[in-house]
Amino acid sequence: MYRYDQYDQAMVDARVEEFRDQARRRLEGKLTEDQFKPLRLQNGLYLQLHAYMLRVAIPYGTLNSAQMHMLADIADKYDRGYGHFTTRQNIQYNWIKLEQAADLLADLATVEMHAIQTSGNCIRNISSDHYAGAAADEVVDPRPYAELLRQWSSFHPEFAALPRKFKIALIASEKDRAAMRLHDIGIQIVKNDAGTLGAAFYVGGGMGRTPMIAPLIRDFVPLGQLVTYAEACLRVYNRHGRRDNKYKARIKILVHEMGAEEYARQVEEEFAHLLEQGVEPPAAELERIRSFFQPPEFAVGLPEEADRSDPDFALWLDTNTHPHKVPGYASATISLKPVGGIPGDATTEQMHLMAELAKHYSFDECRVTHAQNIVLPHVEIGRLYELWQKLDAAGLGTANLDTVGDIIACPGLDYCSLANARSIPVAQKISQRFAQNGKGAALGELKLKISGCINACGHHHAGHVGILGVDRKGVENYQLLLGGSEAEDVSLGKITGPGFNEAGIVDAVETVADLYLAQRQEGERFIDTYRRLGMDAFKEALYG
Amino acid sequence: MADFDLGTGRDEVQLRFRDDEQADVAAVTVDSFLDQADADAVRIEPGDDARELLPYLSRLRLVEVNFPSHTDGRGFSAARLLREHGYTGELRAVGDVLVDQLRYMRRCGFDAFAPDRWLDEADARVALDRFSHVYQSAADTAVPIWSLRHG
Amino acid sequence: MKIVTGNDLKTGEVVWWDGQGWSIHITEAVDAGDHAETIIATESAARRVNSAYAIDAEQTDDGPRPAHIKDRVRALGPTVRPDLAVPAADYVGWDWVI
Repeated sequence: MYRYDQYDQAMVDARVEEFRDQARRRLEGKLTEDQFKPLRLQNGLYLQLHAYMLRVAIPYGTLNSAQMHMLADIADKYDRGYGHFTTRQNIQYNWIKLEQAADLLADLATVEMHAIQTSGNCIRNISSDHYAGAAADEVVDPRPYAELLRQWSSFHPEFAALPRKFKIALIASEKDRAAMRLHDIGIQIVKNDAGTLGAAFYVGGGMGRTPMIAPLIRDFVPLGQLVTYAEACLRVYNRHGRRDNKYKARIKILVHEMGAEEYARQVEEEFAHLLEQGVEPPAAELERIRSFFQPPEFAVGLPEEADRSDPDFALWLDTNTHPHKVPGYASATISLKPVGGIPGDATTEQMHLMAELAKHYSFDECRVTHAQNIVLPHVEIGRLYELWQKLDAAGLGTANLDTVGDIIACPGLDYCSLANARSIPVAQKISQRFAQNGKGAALGELKLKISGCINACGHHHAGHVGILGVDRKGVENYQLLLGGSEAEDVSLGKITGPGFNEAGIVDAVETVADLYLAQRQEGERFIDTYRRLGMDAFKEALYG
Repeated sequence: MADFDLGTGRDEVQLRFRDDEQADVAAVTVDSFLDQADADAVRIEPGDDARELLPYLSRLRLVEVNFPSHTDGRGFSAARLLREHGYTGELRAVGDVLVDQLRYMRRCGFDAFAPDRWLDEADARVALDRFSHVYQSAADTAVPIWSLRHG
Repeated sequence: MKIVTGNDLKTGEVVWWDGQGWSIHITEAVDAGDHAETIIATESAARRVNSAYAIDAEQTDDGPRPAHIKDRVRALGPTVRPDLAVPAADYVGWDWVI
């Protein structure tokens, strides 16, 4: 994975001191909260329901053991012994003190980590495929390109006061494991007919109040012009994105109102101009970055089957491991969704354990997924059983990847000042219900996502089953959505009808699950049966 | 305020990074500028399209870019664009200009600052000198890190 | 009644105006009445509080109970982590939040 050179380290160190100074000026009264807020946001520091919350960047979700150990230490030293992994592959700490924040950032800098631009109206963390470098279907490892764009976007002087936040996802396979079409810019690296690599740019996706799937803006940008084209996209947005209404300020609104064709034309115009300005780093820079992403020293002649005699292990093997491009290896998902647990949370102890497991089982590398789990990308199949035993002992071995128990949930009203309803208790109750009724395994792939408000940080629009918490006359209420998908078969969920209270929404999820079990045809996942039957059948089951 | 003469006096500029004499000229609106063959100073509002000025860059001595709110970053694109097209006159940021925006503004080509509220100059100096490097190529002369890496 | 709440600038803790200063216990919050805006302005300028605002609350035997569930969650702590509740907050109980 990427390692800082003196320049990267100098940037991060300077940023720590800049923030330390800004925090000092705030505490001394030289900055008002209105002046300080954009500055602290661009260092990931929110003022949330209970305290300051800090969002630490995990670029394209990739971490080594030293970094995971530091995240564990930070939870211990500056927080209350746990952290929360997010739907954008970052980590959040909920109980931070402003007077300690600069010291925390200084600690992060010692392991090449930071909280730069994880909030604010700027370009945020660039997310990617959690199986990058391991999946057989990628045309190339997407992460060097994500790193190139990360550096381009960091401290970008023109785009630090955009109309709104800006999120980029980058993948390199037909299968979309990063919800690419639901980002402000989604980039898919593809091969053209001549076998040359290029980037397809989708611009204008997003969830929130007005969910939209990003249209294709340009089908092939040569990789040697990636930064220049991205810059053109951003400049058109900075120029024309709405500034009058916070809820209409994302690029998806601009592309929608202007039309994708007109947006593409304006980008092309800006792109032609920028090509003459020399903003693109040389090919040598991409090659230098790529050298950090060489495949590890995979062993050969390893066993390609695991011993399945332990049924609990066999279940985990079937659910939580993903085929690897190298024979003898698999990618393993560590579930942060124990039955009845808080989705995405990990304790200091669990983070230390995961760090050690990454070091000893996966060439010192792990990944955070947008589904709030952790992946060990390169594990010898012959060692999976041993790994699973350790995970199981630590409460990290739940065999539920992509099933109803693998719930994505935002922090909701328990933590977030934007929320209208609590999401975590709903996740916990659904998780417990399906553990009790034993239907979880039979249901198979069922992506359930819960958001505590319309901002959709839980990605509820993209759930096969989605739940949106709302405020109904001061009481928490939950809307059910069906038929969303974040993968390459991207679709947005539709609301079923009137909302439910907390007990009702748990029953409603079981009702739709039962209808699927009763009606499904061979090979159909929940989402497939829903698409075949249509909403009416589910409405009938829910509301009679 | 008359809509053609915004009368920015020389004493309102707090920081200036040019060697030439500060022009004591009245900046007019973009619309007025386009109507006046002899105007040499213009003020860009966030909603203006700086590209309308491109045919007249050699005539311009002063371009002011207004930041009614420090959160509206359109002026950064306007400024950088003008420099990319060869504008060499004074590029002045006016309005809600804060110490913590100075560095990015300099990178986008601003060389003068007339903030609504006087800036603490010690803080400004620290802010401008804090970072020794830059990741991207922009409107200033700073050499991007990728260039330092590969010569 | 109208009570005033905010966060401590340095620590981020949720605090409630108790008539003279800022307490982490909502039971000590007083009715600020028409003075809320003045309190907010004065205390914010002095940096004794951050992001303060006034809310409606009803006076109960257990002390002021905010009208909105969000502020009740703020008063106590995350409902899913009772171990992280505001110290000595069990005088109100979790049913009080919901």
